Amino acid sequence: MSGRVLVGVKRVIDYAVKIRVKPDNSGVVTDGVKHSMNPFCEIAVEEAVKLKEKKLIKEVVAVSCGPQQAQETIRTALAMGADRGIHVQVTGKDYETLGPLQVSKILAALAKKEDAQLIILGKQAIDDDCNQTGQMTAALLDWPQGTFASEVSMEGDKLKVVREIDGGLEMIKINTPAVVSADLRLNTPRYATLPNIMKAKKKKIANVNPADLGVDLTSRVEILRVDEPPQRQAGVKVETVDDLVGKLKDTGRI
Amino acid sequence: MAAVGPLARIARLGSHICRNRQLLCDRGSNRRGIASCIDPSYGLTDEQKEFQKVAFDFAANEMAPHMAEWDQKEIFPVETMRKAAELGFGGIYVQPDVGGSGLSRLDTSIIFEALSTGCVSTTAYISIHNMCAWMIDTFGNTEQREKFCPDLCTMEKFASYCLTEPGSGSDAASLLTTAQRKGDHYILNGSKAFISGGGDTDVYVVMCRTGGKGAKGISCLVVEKGTPGLSFGKKEKKVGWNSQPTRAVIFEDCAVPVTNRLGEEGQGFNIAMKGLNGGRINIASCSLGAAHASVELARDHLLVRKQFGETLSNNQFLQFKLAEMATRLVASRLMVREAATALQEGRRDAVSLCSMAKLFATDECFNICNQALQMHGGYGYLKDYAVQQFVRDIRVHQILEGTNEVMRMIISRNLLTES
Repeated sequence: MSGRVLVGVKRVIDYAVKIRVKPDNSGVVTDGVKHSMNPFCEIAVEEAVKLKEKKLIKEVVAVSCGPQQAQETIRTALAMGADRGIHVQVTGKDYETLGPLQVSKILAALAKKEDAQLIILGKQAIDDDCNQTGQMTAALLDWPQGTFASEVSMEGDKLKVVREIDGGLEMIKINTPAVVSADLRLNTPRYATLPNIMKAKKKKIANVNPADLGVDLTSRVEILRVDEPPQRQAGVKVETVDDLVGKLKDTGRI
Repeated sequence: MAAVGPLARIARLGSHICRNRQLLCDRGSNRRGIASCIDPSYGLTDEQKEFQKVAFDFAANEMAPHMAEWDQKEIFPVETMRKAAELGFGGIYVQPDVGGSGLSRLDTSIIFEALSTGCVSTTAYISIHNMCAWMIDTFGNTEQREKFCPDLCTMEKFASYCLTEPGSGSDAASLLTTAQRKGDHYILNGSKAFISGGGDTDVYVVMCRTGGKGAKGISCLVVEKGTPGLSFGKKEKKVGWNSQPTRAVIFEDCAVPVTNRLGEEGQGFNIAMKGLNGGRINIASCSLGAAHASVELARDHLLVRKQFGETLSNNQFLQFKLAEMATRLVASRLMVREAATALQEGRRDAVSLCSMAKLFATDECFNICNQALQMHGGYGYLKDYAVQQFVRDIRVHQILEGTNEVMRMIISRNLLTES
């Protein structure tokens, strides 16, 4: 299978930052806070670049939706080996309410426009932990999906995906075009090299409007309130498993 | 036992999610330079921020977890340095046609500052290696550049800078190692002291006397390991910089081809000093990284440690001390980056500025790291805590590549000489 891979990359608050809730509980503080590429998206980019190095695909296109700063995230993908970028411009209120439904509509439209044969996404973003975009994109395109991928290989025009599931590992074979969402153990993302960072400067990033893709960004979800998780209470030591089960029943946990 | 079934499923699901986040967080979270007034990414171009990010990530993932072990076991981390070279850190300001990354002095300073947060000693050696590669790149002829630079840029081979002798440190121009011309070879006799990497490295850039007394009689020769007559002293036991071996380098009738001479006879001292201008920025940059890491460690400690019923961060003396440390760190950083820019542009004040930046930054950053250790109390003195290694490692930055006293000589000479 030769052709184009779309990789979605999301700009999120850096994983090492301590998150703080805004005083008005409307959301999380993002101003002046360090952002970087979602770690699962890094894994997705790495997988796409690996496929290109194995000559199984021809072109890796990095896509990000958001305001001007989303270009930084695309540049990181370019520095890792993506060939070109697409910046879907979403700003202001639209960006605040941007969620998996809107992004998957955008990705589906781009996949058709770019004649993509594979979409690789991170399994979820570390800010909203939705784990929906990959699945929704596949549904909108009516493509098969290989989610929570810990291994991806190509066999002719089929994709073999090993998925991490609750019971262990599941291996599936799906037709292409398809959507794959990357899990933690799929690969270890490479460091960008200094020469690649410099080469990335010359790679093209196209600017696109959601309206041009015919996508309606209206959100069906309204965030009412954001709170910090409750402070962790001290635990209680129990003597036996029966005690444990009893206590859990008492507190209504099981 | 039946109740254990659903319980186990819930527990595993929860731990699956937590494990993902934990695994991500474990990838070295503490020294990532998270945004605050001391964030080293302020004022940088997008491209420089990318360079810095790679260096920070490499430092956090590949160096920081091993920094204590490398120090205690005195390990020269060849594999890790070669990994760094794969990213382009082997010849950062060496030209691309011989395998270098062709970046500016400022880019280099930013990179070494970030790498240093992972391990000062290893980063400092990488900077010395870079300096030697640059000297060959800049002053070597085509054959020499093509022979030595590619392997140095990939760190297939490692380099050492040999100027200091037992009898000539600050008074470098009085060096005694002689190089007598005999046909198409120079015969070297003498010894060099305190050579970083000495004995474990492959390429030695040696300043030696081919002519008369003083600076004008000095030439620069590249000596390869394995040359008959080249031997090494015992490995020195040091307070810090333990991830790089330091040895005397001894020449006994060591024959070196004339084709290994960089530049002209008598140009050696000039080459050495030009190398050191950049070397001083690099060493100062390493001090910046150590100070930055130490300020963050101190801050984290103040937020956690409680005495007299509250966290240390509520103590005004410590708040003010932390503020002073941060201010001096940023001041040092600005001097070093300005010096890097001046050197890159070939400005007339470049040499003085490099000396000032080295003097200021190494002194200030040592004090910052020392203060950070103090803020840790007794814990700061334990080798389980990284802050003591930062203190020990950067102490020597006030001494080598030109003592801070010599920096004062250079600066005062500039002020007092009639122009």
